Amino acid sequence: MDNSFAQRRRRDLILAAVLTCLAALAPVFIKDVYVQNILILTLMYAALSQAWNILGGYCGQISLGHALYFGLGAYTTALLFTKFGVLPWFGMLTGGLISALIALALGYPTFRLKGHYFVIATIVIAEIAYLLFLNWDWAGAALGIDIPVRSDSWATFQFTRSKLPYFYFALALCCAVWLVTFWLENSKWGFWWRAVKDNPEAAESLGVVVFNSKMGAAAVSAFFTAVGGAFYAQFVSYIDPESVMSFHFSLLMALPAVLGGIGTLWGPVLGAAILIPVTELTRSFIGGSGRGVDLIVYGSLIVLIALARPEGVLGLFSRRRKGGAR
Amino acid sequence: MTTATIIQSLASGLLMGLLYGLIAAGLALIFGLMDVVNFAHGEFLMIAMYTTFFLFVFFAIDPLLAAPFVAAALLVFGAVIYILVIRFAMRARSNVGMVQIFATFGLAIVMRGLAQFFFTPDYRSINTSWLGGQTISIGGVFLPVPQLVGAAVSLAAFTALFFFIKKTDFGRALEATREDAGAVALVGIDKNRVFAVGWGLGAALVGLAGAIMAMFFYIYPDVGASFALIAYVTVALGGFGSVFGAFAGGIIVGLVEATTALVLPPSLKAVGIYAVYLLVVFIRPRGLFGSI
Repeated sequence: MDNSFAQRRRRDLILAAVLTCLAALAPVFIKDVYVQNILILTLMYAALSQAWNILGGYCGQISLGHALYFGLGAYTTALLFTKFGVLPWFGMLTGGLISALIALALGYPTFRLKGHYFVIATIVIAEIAYLLFLNWDWAGAALGIDIPVRSDSWATFQFTRSKLPYFYFALALCCAVWLVTFWLENSKWGFWWRAVKDNPEAAESLGVVVFNSKMGAAAVSAFFTAVGGAFYAQFVSYIDPESVMSFHFSLLMALPAVLGGIGTLWGPVLGAAILIPVTELTRSFIGGSGRGVDLIVYGSLIVLIALARPEGVLGLFSRRRKGGAR
Repeated sequence: MTTATIIQSLASGLLMGLLYGLIAAGLALIFGLMDVVNFAHGEFLMIAMYTTFFLFVFFAIDPLLAAPFVAAALLVFGAVIYILVIRFAMRARSNVGMVQIFATFGLAIVMRGLAQFFFTPDYRSINTSWLGGQTISIGGVFLPVPQLVGAAVSLAAFTALFFFIKKTDFGRALEATREDAGAVALVGIDKNRVFAVGWGLGAALVGLAGAIMAMFFYIYPDVGASFALIAYVTVALGGFGSVFGAFAGGIIVGLVEATTALVLPPSLKAVGIYAVYLLVVFIRPRGLFGSI
């Protein structure tokens, strides 16, 4: 049993290395900027959903307010850069740390809540922040922030001529969150989280400090979500509350993990790899009419996956794997 | 700020609150019955508003008269949605909660897309209904007639719901299924039929609210989104598992919203609602009257 577990982890690591190499080589063959754009977004959502999965999937605390951390990362980076000329790399780190601290501060009262009361608390907290940013004149209010282009360089993390640097950063971020998840999964924390998710009372009685476990998961999850937000701000060089902090965005971050396979290592990646290209392609090919056909296709896909594969698309593979072993 | 202004806004807040209660009632009923939070609830409201609009445009039926027909149409619609989609979402063996959230979220997106496709994203409104734009003055307080009627309909609906749940056989079956869906099967109650009717009833309630709302609010494909969030907060504030918690929750939400609008800029009025929700659940983690 122990041996097969170690085997599985080795296989996961090899698969990840192979996929990363393939992804890193992809731009050699894919020159089309539109397709590169879709790849960048797919990697970004995979990273964001992987970060969400740490708190929502492994620890079982369903947050539908992660747009708060994403927005904080984006706004911290953009504000520090436009108002004080601080380089985005510092903004990214600062945004991540601020988000982690805020996650801890918010976790203190909210982690006592259960089920839907917790979910709705995460929604309304993010929504309060959204409304405040919408009315905060210094931060651009509803008009948002236009990030001026200084120079094409890694120092300013701005690239106007080629999208490739963004692609490699997104890939690196995706790998980083995956590796952190991979490491945490098999650590003391990972076991605590699963115990907290399955049965908090039993976990508590066995000496798991439930509250601290949740806090740890929230901080890690918020940090990486904010780094994703900082990346997004640089990538699109324009942010407003609607695009980085709305409730809809919180759902979009959770969706790949849920549809791919919640609380699994590969679920978020698989979910993003299916959902994001479908979303983007339907939007550009049939969404142009403005008549909502893209929404119909996208929504139907979500309903169908949710109903046909409640445990996520990943369930297809694990069943086959089990069948093969027999 | 004079006393008159305060009374005026509290009165409008109370009327709006009763309407919020009515919008949330269906959500609370469905949740109480089967633990499902319907993320397409706002879109049910949107469908009800469009139904009212088209009855008015094509058949010149005033929203006031249309309300029962809209409720009946939504009753059928809700039951059909249960049979076609939700029934399957209930079958999930693992992470049932998430499956339901995202199945209904997907449904909401489809409904918005369909509304855009068939009705275009244009803003519509009913300008010439019998009650639209009228106000009456009671002791110097001006009250808009559509909202006043909405408040009356809300009170009537909650009274009817109370008697329905407490006094009729079907209402008791509903309560029993809520308590223990496995045991009711043994006494010959068809769980699926009860759930389908529950969804129908929930949708019918939001249908009534939609007919009233169509008298004084713009009608567009995304109209449901803003009201849906308020409805979730209303239900949770009252406490999940209690339909009448939604009534109290609605009134509180309406009054808090009106009070916040007196102090903060109007664009921030929802902040008051959300802050009160957080305050309540931090003190009472199961809402005001919640059992679960």
